[in-house]
Amino acid sequence: MTTDTAPQAAATPVEAGKAQTLSVWGALQANVRDYGLLLVLIVIMLAFQWLTNGTLFKPVNLTNIVLQNSYIIVMALGMLLVIVAGHIDLSVGSVSGFIGALAAMLMIGWKFPPEFAFLANPIVAGIICLVVGALIGGLQGWLIAYYRIPAFIVTLAGMLIFKGLSLAILAGKSVGPFPAEFQLLSAGFIPDLVGAITLVPASEGVQPLVLHGTTLVIGIAAVVAMVLFAIRGRTRRKARGYESEPFALFVTKNLVIAALVLFFTYMLASYKGLPNVLVVMGILIAGFVFLTKRMTFGRRIYAMGGNLKAAALSGIKTERLTFYIFAIMGALAALAGMIYAARLNSATPKAGQGLELDVIAAVFIGGASALGGVGQVAGAVTGAFIMGVMNNGMSIMGVNIDWQQMIKGIVLLAAVFFDLYNKNKG
Amino acid sequence: MADTILEMRSITKTFPGVKALENVNLDVRAGEIHAIVGENGAGKSTLMKVLSGVYPHGSYEGEIVFLGEECRFKTIGDSEHKGIVIIHQELALVPLLSIAENIYLGNEQAKAGMIDWEETREGARKLLRKVGLGEDPDTLVTNIGVGKQQLVEIAKALSKEVKLLILDEPTASLSEKDSDALLNLLLDFKSHGISCILISHKLNEVSKVADRITVIRDGHTIETLEKNEISEDRIITSMVGRSLEDRYPPRTPNIGEVVFEVKNWSVYHPQHRDRQVIKNIDIKLRRGEVVGIAGLMGSGRTEFAMSVFGKSYGVRISGDVLMHGKSIDTSTVQKAVSHGIAYATEDRKTYGLNLIDHIKHNTTIANLFGISRWGVIDDLAELDAANDYRKKTNIRSSSVYQTTGNLSGGNQQKVVLSKWLFANPEVLILDEPTRGIDVGAKYEIYTIINQLAAQGKAILVISSEMPELLGITDRLYVMNEGRIVGEMPTAEASQEKIMRAIVRAEGKAAAS
Repeated sequence: MTTDTAPQAAATPVEAGKAQTLSVWGALQANVRDYGLLLVLIVIMLAFQWLTNGTLFKPVNLTNIVLQNSYIIVMALGMLLVIVAGHIDLSVGSVSGFIGALAAMLMIGWKFPPEFAFLANPIVAGIICLVVGALIGGLQGWLIAYYRIPAFIVTLAGMLIFKGLSLAILAGKSVGPFPAEFQLLSAGFIPDLVGAITLVPASEGVQPLVLHGTTLVIGIAAVVAMVLFAIRGRTRRKARGYESEPFALFVTKNLVIAALVLFFTYMLASYKGLPNVLVVMGILIAGFVFLTKRMTFGRRIYAMGGNLKAAALSGIKTERLTFYIFAIMGALAALAGMIYAARLNSATPKAGQGLELDVIAAVFIGGASALGGVGQVAGAVTGAFIMGVMNNGMSIMGVNIDWQQMIKGIVLLAAVFFDLYNKNKG
Repeated sequence: MADTILEMRSITKTFPGVKALENVNLDVRAGEIHAIVGENGAGKSTLMKVLSGVYPHGSYEGEIVFLGEECRFKTIGDSEHKGIVIIHQELALVPLLSIAENIYLGNEQAKAGMIDWEETREGARKLLRKVGLGEDPDTLVTNIGVGKQQLVEIAKALSKEVKLLILDEPTASLSEKDSDALLNLLLDFKSHGISCILISHKLNEVSKVADRITVIRDGHTIETLEKNEISEDRIITSMVGRSLEDRYPPRTPNIGEVVFEVKNWSVYHPQHRDRQVIKNIDIKLRRGEVVGIAGLMGSGRTEFAMSVFGKSYGVRISGDVLMHGKSIDTSTVQKAVSHGIAYATEDRKTYGLNLIDHIKHNTTIANLFGISRWGVIDDLAELDAANDYRKKTNIRSSSVYQTTGNLSGGNQQKVVLSKWLFANPEVLILDEPTRGIDVGAKYEIYTIINQLAAQGKAILVISSEMPELLGITDRLYVMNEGRIVGEMPTAEASQEKIMRAIVRAEGKAAAS
């Protein structure tokens, strides 16, 4: 630290702030995990863009990537909490399959008497499904928290049970198609209230370029809000004498993220606009970022995962917290199950099987620790996209499923290896 | 000397920030029982870990000569190979394996990887006979008592053709009868030419069986007493004789009314539900008062504190906790904290800190309500609080964003203190607040304790270091085997007095 001529009156806060000012390089190093992962995603996307001769970045394909991975990301949010808390949930694939089946039976399969016909209403059925999912998760969480049965065992049992239950309530058959309203969850796009914006009109030899106005407006609004929020936070910190990162880094970081969001918005807008499911996902992601970073609930999860005994002795009700975490996971698995079923437009007995592994892999690629206490929502989402882009890219390239599996396995191992290597070095 | 089998010459061992051993010398003769005594933290266990290779050659200075050759042990295996076997305070037996399997663990009687069960059982039976244990070798270790488990450990040592047996507090958890049996066994070994190093707090035992006694204090060898010089008084004086000057900040107590009271407190062991760990304890704390609980390890001090603090230890807890004369409910940690009680643990790494997280988060975790509204954390308020307490407790770190796992012991302890100070308690229970930290950091902790008392908080300090208790408290309770066996104003107390209270209580317990 260099000595300087800070005014006497402000000496204390400035000093405190000084201690927390990091050099650009230091700040980069401190956040190498967060930025690194995003960088890896960008590199993988560019690589596949090249390998697929430009197909990856086609608007229709980007939209597809979102739709294909939405249910993984939804569950990865809950799984992040579970893993940070030091547990695991192997049942989410089966639970999502079961809820998909339940949704199908409520809306199509079961013929209710007229006074109960409202149960087949897509919204009512959707709410029932979410509640049932939360109950399933809560029940498992209750066994894990209060009876101290390892989560691995409880959820392994859950996986088998709900696999069987889906088969049972579907009587081994696929049930579909769903009512149109329900399909909107996965297949729909937000209505264009603003109206189409024509950049390049259709003419001979030229591809027309028409943008979905509302999508564009929402995208720009999101970026503006994000930047304003970041600036406000920074100003407030400064006013109190704190500074967390160098200005140059702050600007670069926000520019890069803003550019990415705008690019993505533009891509989506030039196809059919924002998919409904992306709106749901966006709200959930923002909510979970807030939950983990700013809420006491989230803070307690990290404390518990970092040191269970210390957390308990600090007055955290670890049992109840565990119960809630699994209930949330269950509700998210239910939502994912509905998204999945709506996307396929039918519930099948095999739906959801094996998804738990993709979800867990996404969270670990995203930098969570298997020992608990470490992991970020942004990481888990990025991890899910890394897996999703690889799936999508390799499928376009016509890589066989056997190779796809192997490559995904290697990526998971490499991500965790890199992470541990980094930690041990630091 | 010709019959010296072990010589440890000027052993010095440093941990980050602490010099645990400095120029320690020890020699053991063939066929003698050599006792090592000293206060908790004097360095006895560290010395034995150096000897047995737990701390490998190179991590300490000095040399070890065993049977005439210099030894450079890299692992415990190396020292066992030479015939030095250590039996730790915490037994290293696998509870769900049989006695025979435990005896030959890591040393299986096997041919080509196939265990020879006949040989195992037969060998085990012979060894058990040697230690005077009539159990079937197939009995699971979990099904025999602690005293017998200790004997199994010794049988295990014998299976390795031991020349020097080291016992670390072997009788700490044994009944009088089992202890006697064990000590007689040592005398028996002696007659067979096996040397023995015995680490013990129980001075009566030591004076009974030891041929010589080496006293260690603050990581130094003080003296080695020959058989004819041994007496309890002599040992006590040698153990505790150190100057107190300037090691404790001056204290001008300003003591008010009684704030906190625990009445008729009883607790039972969580696993052995019929064993009473805490026996009808009554204590009182006054405003601005620093009260100490002295006692040996295993006397139940931590168990008492944790059982009061949200029933964090034990079962079948009964008794009353009173705050300002009113009975309060401390059945969960949260309730205890909300009534203004805080407990800073003796084991900061296991129970105190989230070592993978930074100072800021560790500081606020016990009082998230203080920095949040509707469950949303005000991150700037949190940062202010963390910085404030970092300064108040003088934590030396680059910022509040430093991971607590990378801090020194003293600074970690200050984070634990910060955490509880931020919870703003009226009563602060500090369990071994200066364990494993260096003298400078200790002084800082004492200063903080003084400041807190001056602010009117009532402070209960549990410590195994008697000079510390004498240096910083106003009043003392002496605890032994789950009971309060003495109470005295610190001004009238001395280490001898405390020791005598403990010894007297033990004599009484043995007599009854």
